[in-house]
Amino acid sequence: MSATTLDAGPRADARITLRGHLRHTGALIRRNLLWIRQDPESMFDAVLFPIVFTLLFVYVFGGSIGQSLGGGQEAYVQYIVPGLMAMMGMNMAQGVGTGFNQDFNTGVMDRFRSLPIGRGSVLFAKISVEMVRMLIATAILLVVGVLVGFDITNWPGLFAAVGLSAVFGSALMWIFLTLGVVMKNAQSVQAMGFLVLMPLQFGSSIFAPTQSMPGWLEAFTAYNPLSALADAARGLMVGGPVAQDLWMTLAWSVGLTAVMAPVAIHKFRTKS
Amino acid sequence: MTRIDNDLGGAGSAVTVRGLVKHYGATKALDGVDLDVREGTVMGVLGPNGAGKTTLVRILSTLLAPTSGHATVAGYDVVRQPRQLRRVIGLTGQYASVDEKLPGWENLYLIGRLLDLPRKEARARADELLERFSLTDAARRPAATYSGGMRRRLDLAASMIGRPAVLYLDEPTTGLDPRTRNEVWNEVKRLVGEGVTVLLTTQYMEEAEQLAGELTVVDRGKVIASGGIEELKARVGGRTLRIRPADPGQLRPLADALDGLGITGLAGTTVDAERGAVLVPVLSDEQLTAVVGAVTARDITLSSLTTELPSLDEVFLSLTGHRASAPQDAVPTENREEVAV
Repeated sequence: MSATTLDAGPRADARITLRGHLRHTGALIRRNLLWIRQDPESMFDAVLFPIVFTLLFVYVFGGSIGQSLGGGQEAYVQYIVPGLMAMMGMNMAQGVGTGFNQDFNTGVMDRFRSLPIGRGSVLFAKISVEMVRMLIATAILLVVGVLVGFDITNWPGLFAAVGLSAVFGSALMWIFLTLGVVMKNAQSVQAMGFLVLMPLQFGSSIFAPTQSMPGWLEAFTAYNPLSALADAARGLMVGGPVAQDLWMTLAWSVGLTAVMAPVAIHKFRTKS
Repeated sequence: MTRIDNDLGGAGSAVTVRGLVKHYGATKALDGVDLDVREGTVMGVLGPNGAGKTTLVRILSTLLAPTSGHATVAGYDVVRQPRQLRRVIGLTGQYASVDEKLPGWENLYLIGRLLDLPRKEARARADELLERFSLTDAARRPAATYSGGMRRRLDLAASMIGRPAVLYLDEPTTGLDPRTRNEVWNEVKRLVGEGVTVLLTTQYMEEAEQLAGELTVVDRGKVIASGGIEELKARVGGRTLRIRPADPGQLRPLADALDGLGITGLAGTTVDAERGAVLVPVLSDEQLTAVVGAVTARDITLSSLTTELPSLDEVFLSLTGHRASAPQDAVPTENREEVAV
């Protein structure tokens, strides 16, 4: 991008100002919100996922895993709700890639990319709207959690945990946006996301304590950022050690964003 | 053909293309294209599928970087000044590039905001363009519910939001029925009447004749002819006579007889067996009369006799001696390449 290096005529400088970026991103956020209004079914996953997963895990595994936690189903509720919150960001992030990929298969992206806008705007708008969806899903998760017995004891901790999950979720979104740009169709984005995410989710401390896992798997879970996020959320919401997991999660979030955001924007910019 | 060989961005030239090359691996989508579109004129780019028309438009709208060569639009270089260039162009693609989930009005308002119009002005412009393209009644309906012609009109309206100096129409009527095609043509003619410079790609000689003043014929990434449309039409053989004998059994004898007379235009007589007609390109009224005379002399009863513009195939036959090449070098969309812009 070397537009400013040329002849300095009055029209030569076409840098987009910060205000311009905000205006473009705002207009595109409006577009994505209108999509939801036009197609409310697109909110199904955000609404249903937390309900289905909370009920499923609490009532199917709650009793048996709860025992190993030294309690029963109630003990597992305290364990799984922060874990599901960690998982939420990821599931939402996966959807980003799929939706974005579909956008590319229509001519709309061509039009956007032939307009004088910062090309990051399209991505930022998408992420902003997904964050809103993520927060809605989190709110529903907490309501369902409380209904099945989750005790909110630490409100500041709860908000901190929600914030942390959102930060980590947004970092993951950059990965899926990149996949959405690079891969050929929505199905492969979904399949790819599933293949990568399933082992990461289950090979973590999201659903169950890791002590009973074989040594190699336990070692894997220890380095899995999802474990760090789940444990940090747990520590913040129900108590326990927080610091190390918190820093680890933040480090992963910053690192992923620092690497993947430029990659996503570059891939978007150069996609032919 | 003589071309003004002034350097890049010569006066009065809205689009200047010199030696433009685009390779996809071994495939040469563009293989050294030169092109000039004068301000306020319509340049038709005629060619079959895979000739490189869409690649050319994508390069000129900064969606694709050329492998080599130069191109400027309104004086801005496609590679070095993409931001400035995007401000002065409008693009209507082969596939209507509107957001189908959004209502027509929202589509236009969105583009207005992305083009930095203040809210009020973006609203007014959306209303104005909907009115002008006869879409006001459908303004609040999602574009997905629009008919093919309405969608193209919305697409055109979206391209006009920023009052572009140069408008690209990439096969604007491909896939439309004849009535809708006329509708789109009329809109384009109106825009041209207002002084917009248009680069039109098409596969139809008829479309080029309707809209363009000048024509560039491309094949396999190369320009094979260019000039005024009348001049090219004359070179191609002007018209095609479509003769339908009442008895389909007479098709072949009729064609042979006409061939034997040696009075046809450049492309030679062909038989359209599917529609039961013999196609005879003719260069002049005299030839036309001679052909009719020959048919009458053979006492063949006809069910219809019409003249039409030469088909793309005939254009190619007469210009190159071969038929329009099959789309063997169509750019595969799956195989999109990385290019920095």
